[in-house]
Amino acid sequence: MAQDILVIGEVEDGAPASVTAELLGAARRLADGGNVSVTLLGAAAAGAADAAFAAGADRAYVGADGAYDEFQPDQWIAAAQAAVEQASPAAVLMAQSGIGRDLAPRLAFRLDSAAAMDCVAVESGDGGFRATRPCYGGNAQATYSFATSPAIATVRAKSQEPLADPHSGAGETVELAAAGESRGTIAGREQAVSEGLQLQDASMVVSGGRGLGGPEGFEVMEALASALGDDKAAVGASRAACDLGWYPVSQQVGLTGKVVTPDLYIAVAISGASQHMAGCSGSKTIVAINRDEEANIFKSARFGVVADYKAVLPPLIEAIKAAG
Amino acid sequence: MHFVVCAKQIPDPETPPAAFRIDEQSNEVVPAQGIAPVLSQFDGMAAEAALRVKETAGDDTKITVISMGKESAQAAIKQVLAMGADEGLLLEDDAFEGGDSYTTATVLSAAIEKLGDVDAVFCGRQAADWDMGQVGLGISELMNWPGSIIASDVQVADGKMSVKRVLADGFETVEVPMPAVVTVSNELGEPRYPKLQQIMQAARKTVNTMTAADLGLDASSVGAAGARLKLERLFIPEVGGDCDMIEGESPEEQAQALVAALREAKVL
Ligand SMILES: Cc1cc2nc3c(=O)[nH]c(=O)nc-3n(C[C@H](O)[C@H](O)[C@H](O)COP(=O)(O)OP(=O)(O)OC[C@H]3O[C@@H](n4cnc5c(N)ncnc54)[C@H](O)[C@@H]3O)c2cc1C
Ligand SMILES: Nc1ncnc2c1ncn2[C@@H]1O[C@H](COP(=O)(O)O)[C@@H](O)[C@H]1O
Repeated sequence: MAQDILVIGEVEDGAPASVTAELLGAARRLADGGNVSVTLLGAAAAGAADAAFAAGADRAYVGADGAYDEFQPDQWIAAAQAAVEQASPAAVLMAQSGIGRDLAPRLAFRLDSAAAMDCVAVESGDGGFRATRPCYGGNAQATYSFATSPAIATVRAKSQEPLADPHSGAGETVELAAAGESRGTIAGREQAVSEGLQLQDASMVVSGGRGLGGPEGFEVMEALASALGDDKAAVGASRAACDLGWYPVSQQVGLTGKVVTPDLYIAVAISGASQHMAGCSGSKTIVAINRDEEANIFKSARFGVVADYKAVLPPLIEAIKAAG
Repeated sequence: MHFVVCAKQIPDPETPPAAFRIDEQSNEVVPAQGIAPVLSQFDGMAAEAALRVKETAGDDTKITVISMGKESAQAAIKQVLAMGADEGLLLEDDAFEGGDSYTTATVLSAAIEKLGDVDAVFCGRQAADWDMGQVGLGISELMNWPGSIIASDVQVADGKMSVKRVLADGFETVEVPMPAVVTVSNELGEPRYPKLQQIMQAARKTVNTMTAADLGLDASSVGAAGARLKLERLFIPEVGGDCDMIEGESPEEQAQALVAALREAKVL
């Protein structure tokens, strides 16, 4: 059944963010011949429209106002609401990002509808939309249907495929009003120190946990990442390690941290709590290094090493370097 | 000032996966034997944030802790009272059961409305059972108060709330006029641990109870009847399973064997 879908886009470096392209791919499939539109907000929004059309949009609601570059809920919700009013979509998709987390519930309450958060699958069938999402710390998954319209879902990055071939057809641009009032003001911003490769972009992630015993353990983890290649591997951490102040919270992997899907994930001195696995279970190959052979992490790992990390990491680093 | 802390009682999220069971007929989690329900982690942090503000304000700020749940949720309320909150409010009604974020926010907002003089609402970033993360923002929308999510620090001065928010790549400080809603994350730090004396004092603090009728809510707008998100299926996803244990006489041998295995699997 053809139906119209609206994607709340995010613009990064002048182009639709990769997750926005994934959502447009998903929207195209869900639309089943219907219309796909996207909102693009911020100073660079207009310039991102063509790429959004190629990624699957038929129409772009563009709010080319630099005020949108900082996410202010009051301003973004007004723009999203204006786009919904014009597009009257059957479903609204956005990323489970800092923006989507904030915007989706607000939009649901404004529109007297419902949102499902952090979905890994969104389908459409006889009974309308169905969204599936992890819950209970990753121990379970729940599938929901929507009693109201539009169905709103935030979708996890990398859970959807972008279009394989560029979408053809003339895209239409509709201008949205400039940003309105905001009750909030941003008084300051601190960038976390994370130069170089970002966790989500790394093809290899090596994460350390509470079993490292202290911040020094992370120096060994950094050496491991360097041996794998500074352009390939990034260092992550469990929440226990971040809560202890051993590593920056920006590097936390898990349910309330980052979701990573690298080719190789090496978990060192991490017990494998469901809330941690919720952030890395999509990795292609998981290696667990833990001195407790009963540790839960071995249940989700492809390769396991029962050892004290202090003993095994130095020769592992050497062996990786030797293998080149 | 008058602060509200929203606190939910949930099955212990640290239940070992082997003890985690679902009844696929009723789509419910089967309570694990011998593992008591707990106050949702982030709600303890929300209480901690409210108490810190109260302490720095050094005035007669009152903190009311509200929970929508069954009689057993008294335990979650008492825990926040023992931390230092002043009064409890249990919202209990069979009609509230089987609801979603929308109905929960509706019920909590009605209670906040009823209290009348609330300046700030502190919620957890997400309830650690359904991990949804909507109710705080729902209250913010229904009350038409500004709301800020995922706080690692909350300050209040001159009728304004200043919230340090955790972002993907750092932190941001947002200022909003009060009344306002904030949702609190673990980066705030550990909630205080009540002393025995405080636990005994908490037993004497008032906990009021209200039903849908007390809140002026129609039964059709709450619980399963009012829910907009319908749970169709709850299931345990499959996990990997077959782990190859890398053997070796020494850590050096294990290291060599792991690299060999990863090369063979074409991961390295
Ligand atoms: C709602 C909620 C959300 C959460 N979100 C997250 C999240 O996003 N990310 C996250 O990571 N956690 C999260 N958690 C916490 C999670 O439940 C666990 O508490 C946490 O992941 C444990 O971290 P850990 O594995 O580092 O520590 P521990 O569980 O303490 O495990 C340490 C491990 O190290 C091993 N070890 C000790 N010494 C050595 C050594 N010398 N060599 C080798 N191994 C050793 C031990 O055998 C043990 O298995 C969340 C919890 C809740 C309730
Ligand atoms: N039944 C409830 N009673 C009181 N507070 C709740 C309830 N459900 C949710 N909350 C509050 O809303 C927050 C977010 O919940 P949720 O949106 O369900 O993830 C929780 O951390 C609580 O502060």
